[in-house]
Amino acid sequence: MILLQTETCCKILYKDSLNPHAVRLELSVGDMVERSFLAPGQFVHIKCGHSRLLRRPISVCTCQSEPEGGDLLTVVFEIRGEGTAWLSRREAGDKLDVLGMLGNGFRMTPKGRYLLVGGGIGVPPLLGCAQYADGNCDAVLGFRDSSHALLLNQFSQHCAALAITTEDGSLGERGFVTGPMEALLTGNHYDAILCCGPKPMLKAAAALAHKYAVPCQVSLEERMACGVGACLGCAVQMSDGSMKHVCKDGPIFDAGEVDWNG
Amino acid sequence: MADMRVDLAGVKLKNPVTTASGTFGFGREYNSFFDISRLGGISVKGLTLLPRNGNPSPRIAETPMGMLNSVGLQNPGVDAFIAHELPWLKSRKAVIIANISGNTPEEYGEMCEKLSAAGVDMIEVNISCPNVKAGGLAYGTQPGLAAEVTAVAKAHSTVPVMVKLSPNVTDVTQIARAVEDAGADAISLINTLRGMVIDVKTRRPILKMNTGGLSGPAVLPVAVRMVWEVHNTVKIPILGMGGISSGSDAAQMMLAGAAAVAVGAATFADPLAPIRILEELENICDAQGVSAAQLTGALMPW
Repeated sequence: MILLQTETCCKILYKDSLNPHAVRLELSVGDMVERSFLAPGQFVHIKCGHSRLLRRPISVCTCQSEPEGGDLLTVVFEIRGEGTAWLSRREAGDKLDVLGMLGNGFRMTPKGRYLLVGGGIGVPPLLGCAQYADGNCDAVLGFRDSSHALLLNQFSQHCAALAITTEDGSLGERGFVTGPMEALLTGNHYDAILCCGPKPMLKAAAALAHKYAVPCQVSLEERMACGVGACLGCAVQMSDGSMKHVCKDGPIFDAGEVDWNG
Repeated sequence: MADMRVDLAGVKLKNPVTTASGTFGFGREYNSFFDISRLGGISVKGLTLLPRNGNPSPRIAETPMGMLNSVGLQNPGVDAFIAHELPWLKSRKAVIIANISGNTPEEYGEMCEKLSAAGVDMIEVNISCPNVKAGGLAYGTQPGLAAEVTAVAKAHSTVPVMVKLSPNVTDVTQIARAVEDAGADAISLINTLRGMVIDVKTRRPILKMNTGGLSGPAVLPVAVRMVWEVHNTVKIPILGMGGISSGSDAAQMMLAGAAAVAVGAATFADPLAPIRILEELENICDAQGVSAAQLTGALMPW
């Protein structure tokens, strides 16, 4: 049975900048969401021109299924290299070759109460979680400085409490996400902590989750080739000594199964 | 419609397009995109006697029209393959080429016995992995050792044995002749070329292993040249691979002397690449009024 396919003609419906560093694209993706959506936190694998061999894995920010193959999907990314630089030069009306949706997504239940913890460009995928939990969640979002902040209005719409931190104090509380996280964990019950961001932040969040005995899921990143579990490129070390792969076994992992010193 | 059937050392392939080991897992992932039995054959992820975890990440680095990998033969081991993957592959009716790597000639022999008995169609003896310390490339760069491993594999196999050669040698024809003399039924080439990519900001190699194997369209001309040299040297058939991403690329490889071809990194860019390449190759054969087999070695060098 044919389960997966590439959508070679995903039209860019809308493009904007969320801050001086981050670009948002809204894509028309055929029936991709209907076909392959599992949970918030999945990613798509985007071909960035013909002069680069490999696709670029980018987390889905939000998506929705629409009738007659008009599914909508947004991605938010920063320019990290030639591939994302090429992608940032696309305009509304251009078409992209998109493979997806791939990966497992965060495990969430309709009645669950969640603490969302995001850092930098790891924040956008959590918006899908906030929409899903719709009010039944709090969020702590950390950025380098105010110029890197994004999607704050959208998060405030869907979160009961929203705390912002910046490393230089130019917006919200000065410092890292762990400060507000600990304050929220002290006074509230959560069914799970859902995290996406740089690895040191994930490691610190996982340690706090362990301290407060709250289940924690993290979204991991690794250099990737095939995106579907065939090439075994995007390996991450697990605490039991085994290797798992971000594209197929993840990108979402239980914090407790990850070898944080690996 | 052109006759696409080819013969690879007695193994009948319905068409010349196979998948290169390490780029297609055990076939399950890409069977979600297309029916893998449409392909001429599947060379599965490289197997070792015992399970291997592979190398630490990053294992992937992009290069101009190519990529480096340093996966390091991560695999569940030959017994787990036979128990959990082979029955499914057989049920798909795919021609199965089992790719094996050993630390000693004896390990190659033991795997050949197990896989022959389990019913694979062909064994590809990998003596050219650049990403493992023991065995691997050491066997592929010295004619004497290459011949020894080939002879042991042949002695323990009841199915045809194909030896996968490394391009990381001064003269590939020396190794090719050595494995032919030792009884190899076929030769596959090229494995990846050793390479390195450095992050200028951090002054660190991208790959955690520092170096890795280069594949992708960038290596095609090197592969075509080496297939041609080997074709001019040996009589046994060649499975040509290295950078094939179109039917025209596949036809080049066959004209240079390959009886069949394998598609590798192109599949990462386009999951349907093997099927597209097959269709494009069919169109070329139709347009030229030849069968696929008639392309092999039909090059007219200056």
